[in-house]
Amino acid sequence: MKHLIPEFEHLKTRLPPGHDATLLVPCLRRIQEDRGFIADSDIDGLVEYLGVPRIQIEEVLSFYGMLSREPIGRWHLQVCHNVSCSMRGAERLLDHLTGRLGIQPGETTPDRRFTLSTVECLGSCGTAPVLMVNEAYHENLDPAALDVLLQRLD
Amino acid sequence: MTGRKVLMDFLVTDDSHTLAAYRARGGYEALGKALEAMRPEDVTREIVDSGIQGRGGAAFPAGRKWQGIDPHDGQPHYLIANADEGEPGTFKDRWVLEHDPHALLESMLLASYALGVRHAFVYIRGEYDRPWRRLDAAVEEAYAEGLFGENILGSGFSCDLFVFRGAGAYVCGEASSLLGSIEGTRAYPRNRPPRMTVRGLYQAPTVVNNVETLASVAWIVRNGAQAFREIGTEKSPGTRLISVSGHVARPGVYEVELGYSWAKFLHEDCGGLLGNKALKAVIPGGISSQVLTGKDAKVLTPGAVEGLTLDHEVLRAAGSSLGSGGMIVIAEGTCMVRLLQIMLRFYHHESCGQCTPCREGTGWMHRIIDRIVAGEGRPEDIDTLYHVARYNDGTTICGLGDAAGYAATAMLDNFRDEFEYFIEHGRSKFGGNLECR
Repeated sequence: MKHLIPEFEHLKTRLPPGHDATLLVPCLRRIQEDRGFIADSDIDGLVEYLGVPRIQIEEVLSFYGMLSREPIGRWHLQVCHNVSCSMRGAERLLDHLTGRLGIQPGETTPDRRFTLSTVECLGSCGTAPVLMVNEAYHENLDPAALDVLLQRLD
Repeated sequence: MTGRKVLMDFLVTDDSHTLAAYRARGGYEALGKALEAMRPEDVTREIVDSGIQGRGGAAFPAGRKWQGIDPHDGQPHYLIANADEGEPGTFKDRWVLEHDPHALLESMLLASYALGVRHAFVYIRGEYDRPWRRLDAAVEEAYAEGLFGENILGSGFSCDLFVFRGAGAYVCGEASSLLGSIEGTRAYPRNRPPRMTVRGLYQAPTVVNNVETLASVAWIVRNGAQAFREIGTEKSPGTRLISVSGHVARPGVYEVELGYSWAKFLHEDCGGLLGNKALKAVIPGGISSQVLTGKDAKVLTPGAVEGLTLDHEVLRAAGSSLGSGGMIVIAEGTCMVRLLQIMLRFYHHESCGQCTPCREGTGWMHRIIDRIVAGEGRPEDIDTLYHVARYNDGTTICGLGDAAGYAATAMLDNFRDEFEYFIEHGRSKFGGNLECR
């Protein structure tokens, strides 16, 4: 995480002084974006950099759904399966994905290309069903459009 | 058309979200006016007089919230825009963030001036990537032109803005819980009193407003409270952004003048139901607002002139709420048991675990509904669901525990026969359909 410290220092300029712990979630998110997960060494680094107790970092890590302690696949496919998406075909989309990838939600393909997850409402209900691939939303999907999309994710 | 506009009063183009385009439609004039000619308390007075109610779900008068802070008391104050839009069915703040981010920023500057805020925050949900990119770009544009930072427009007023990205937790949409997130801890809701305007972020007086509520502030200061009050109804002034989804022909975000006919909105503006199906039910304001049958809402048919209007009082009287503005339209032939299963799974998954009735209760309700849908329901299950749902009411620190109970009881009240059928026959009365077929 050390190479990210200049970025974190810039963030600090917009915070009231004396509240460095505010950077904990932003730092964890940035590290995850950079490495794909939060490693033990990252926690050590943040204990030192932010002066936040290790237990507090562990508590935060186990609370927020987007933070991961384990590496995941290159492409993280997250299917919304809440009310509006289910009403517009999310179940068929998920069935299609599990069939194509041969894995269930929560699993990663053996080649570490894909991790599949289900998520709750992504705020894309008017363009349902939605699939989030890493950070990007893919909206109004059907199985045919999904096949085209999967081909592009190598 | 859905009445007069406050927020969606311009044409969305490829660059209408930029600072230049916002300025061209009168943007940041209100800020200039306020910094030059108004005292902080004058700005708050405009918001109080406008009568604007919070657009996040609770519809609490925003001006009254602001009056909880004395801008001259010498302590630090904080302002937070709640952009943790996670209530299922709701995607209206996303419209503001993507298409009119400067309306939010100008409004936050005005609010910060009114409340004596030196450091303001936007708490944006972690999954919102494109909205964040748009907002972040707008913040950098504003900083580059001296609209944030030290001595803004030479007025002596200084304000910094921190865009805080969440990390995936529905509970953070609850105003007091996002304080914990910003403080670098788990996001547990806090007991009130003390109100957040007394002790909020970093133990200092804090105002948390929904994005849409805040974004309307610039319009109100520019045009005056009276002009705002002329829009909408006497008790529900202004407009609401309604995000419509489900079995509807034209889903999307619409700005609706409060008091507008619901039937007209649904059948004309939104194009009616998919495949011209009949209307079964509507969830008016996110899944935590109580479901209404099409019949109860009197919005079954396009010409239903006697039907409900969209405003806070009317919906409340009907036993539901405009809530977060996330309207879900449900066609005939949909299995309500399976819809409730999704809702209860959601509440169970998102319960933060702090309060026992919510942590355990949502889990119990989830397991019971799973059992019913698996064809193994027991005759007493409906009563048990009611019992658990009612036990959640008023026994938890935040409203999310209550909401899980309300959502469940409203579904059971309105569609009891479907639950009984499922339990008796071990299968859905409607083939388990969720999609419109």
